[in-house]
Amino acid sequence: MTTTLTPVLSAHWDEADSYTIGAYERHGGYKGLRKALTMAPEDIVAMVKDSGLRGRGGAGFPTGMKWGFLPQGGDKPHYLVVNADESEPGTCKDIPLMLANPQSLIEGIVISSFAIKANHAFIYVRGEVLHVVRRLQQAIGEAYDKGFLGADILGSGYNLELTLHCGAGAYICGEETALLDSLEGYRGQPRLKPPFPAVAGLYACPTVVNNVESIASVPSILTNGAGWFSGMGTEKSKGFGFFSLSGHVTKPGQYEAPLGITLRELLDMAGGVRAGHELKFWTPGGSSTPIFTAEHLDVPLDFESVGAAGSMLGTRALQIFDDTTCVIRAVLRWIEFYEHESCGKCTPCREGNFWMAQILERLEHGNGTEAELDKLLDICDNILGRSFCALGDGATSPVTSSIQYFRDEYIEHFRRGGCPFDPAASTVWAGGKA
Amino acid sequence: MAFTEDVRARLEVDAKEIIARYPKARSALLPLLHLVQAEQGYVTQDGIGFCADMLNITAAEVTAVVTFYTMYKQEPAGEYHVGVCTNTLCAVMGGDQIFAELSEHLGIGNHETTEDGRVSIERVECNAACDFAPVVMVNWEFFDNQSPETVKRLVDDLRVGNDVKPTRGADRVCTWREASRVLAGFPDGRAGEGVQAAGPTLEGLNLARARGWTAPAAGESNEENDQ
Ligand SMILES: Cc1cc2nc3c(=O)[nH]c(=O)nc-3n(C[C@H](O)[C@H](O)[C@H](O)COP(=O)(O)O)c2cc1C
Ligand code: SF4
Ligand code: FES
Repeated sequence: MTTTLTPVLSAHWDEADSYTIGAYERHGGYKGLRKALTMAPEDIVAMVKDSGLRGRGGAGFPTGMKWGFLPQGGDKPHYLVVNADESEPGTCKDIPLMLANPQSLIEGIVISSFAIKANHAFIYVRGEVLHVVRRLQQAIGEAYDKGFLGADILGSGYNLELTLHCGAGAYICGEETALLDSLEGYRGQPRLKPPFPAVAGLYACPTVVNNVESIASVPSILTNGAGWFSGMGTEKSKGFGFFSLSGHVTKPGQYEAPLGITLRELLDMAGGVRAGHELKFWTPGGSSTPIFTAEHLDVPLDFESVGAAGSMLGTRALQIFDDTTCVIRAVLRWIEFYEHESCGKCTPCREGNFWMAQILERLEHGNGTEAELDKLLDICDNILGRSFCALGDGATSPVTSSIQYFRDEYIEHFRRGGCPFDPAASTVWAGGKA
Repeated sequence: MAFTEDVRARLEVDAKEIIARYPKARSALLPLLHLVQAEQGYVTQDGIGFCADMLNITAAEVTAVVTFYTMYKQEPAGEYHVGVCTNTLCAVMGGDQIFAELSEHLGIGNHETTEDGRVSIERVECNAACDFAPVVMVNWEFFDNQSPETVKRLVDDLRVGNDVKPTRGADRVCTWREASRVLAGFPDGRAGEGVQAAGPTLEGLNLARARGWTAPAAGESNEENDQ
């Protein structure tokens, strides 16, 4: 019954040279590519569909199906763009993956590009991770040297160029159409959909945008089979993924497990909430997913179950906050983030987040009124579903969910005329662990 | 600070190499801005003019892009730019206190630089290292699991010129300009330095090893993991 961990992508991260192509090949790397190059591209797409792999970048769209949307037979080039912008607060899986094992991503890129008939692929990596950039540069160089990239890959007649592109600090560039604008050399602002990138993406050509972890999972499917992948996970959420535990937990870190594992199981593996404290609230998939509380410890962490419980699986970014944390402080800081990162294109998000930050600041200092809670909910109503992209929608998640679960705590703030919590008690050095 | 002819000629060679990476030249704008930032430490009017020339677009078009992205500095950054993560998770775990004490220690505020030009500080958003909270970045290298004391010592070392080693990164922190050049796509040969992974990154793998847990073997349908 109990779920166990299933290290696949992380299986060799404890070897000092894990980021080199030598280590990668030593452990069976590039076998998947060799197999792929003997297959028809359509069959690879079918295999990825059969595996049940769903996007690991947050939305969970079936990867094979996305690839299948590319119009075939046109004269425009196809592109693969890997989303390595990882900036959703709490999300911290792609960066350690690319630091420790960039070759799994490169192999996935070659297989995926071959499957969608692209001859040029891009990695859009956030700029604020210098050493990851170095590792990717080296990995790409090694792959070219070995003939896994470039002209006539492994004698197959297939050609692929791979360009690494560094962002410059903007959360919104993780949104796939803003990313494409940014990659084209513009301000990163989302585009109207449709047309979707599959039809008109980079340079208005058919384009697949996929998350790092999605693409890095592809070689294992080629090597081990679609049935192997779909044998893990739950009915509609197949396979494995990283669960990233952070915050007030004894052993924060990356836990690679089948989808459907619960937070109770993960906390058990991670030594529990930090000593002497209790779980207060947590995010299942980053700051844009409604918070959960201790009553959700047994919700299977798959797309359907988390959705049914009122949140979203998102990026499996499990930020754990214990009883020392003021929920209003946490929410205010997230809203300040959305206010800062709003691209300004649409009014509900640009103005709404600005207003919400002001109200939350008053509330945190105990200067609010109960009417302002309703005003917050009203603003959320005007942002959710009325924003141009999912950044605006996501910003409402922490606000509405915190009022749902912690209305009393908001009220306590203005009843007392101040915050009842001591921020010093939440810090790492306050105890629990060093 | 207009570019001398020598500098301009050298930059043009780099710029052409960058532009050649893309099917369309305009895509080169972000790396070109990292390149001019590497030359001057921040994006100047001359840098903007250079990018505009290289891409055949207007200075206004370049400026619109510069102002959109937080990594492009419009005033000189310190030789060592220190970013303290104060997004919620890190803030709660101690990032707020770290920033407050650091700011007081250096006598400068957010986006300011010490008088000697050595250190600038900034509150940064989540840097994808939450499992190492509280996190501090120096020239975009990771300094994990920080405290007010470690960060104050860190900037003191940077100011007197002692070598400083990131927790997950190169053996020694490079300068702001050197870092910007790598981001423009010119490797500095240091990818092999530093650890492959550390602490929290390996927590799950270590536990799996200790308990003998593995992913199912190929061809094996694993009922157990199916719950
Ligand atoms: C504001 C915002 C930020 C996003 N940031 C990321 C990101 O950093 N990485 C990512 O893979 N997807 C991100 N996404 C989701 C992408 O738009 C897109 O769905 C994803 O890259 C598709 O890849 P997948 O199908 O493999 O998950 C973001 C979406 C939004 C609205
Ligand atoms: S929702 Fe926000 S980020 Fe998205 S387009 Fe509107 S203003 Fe920009
Ligand atoms: S919140 Fe600081 S690294 Fe994520």
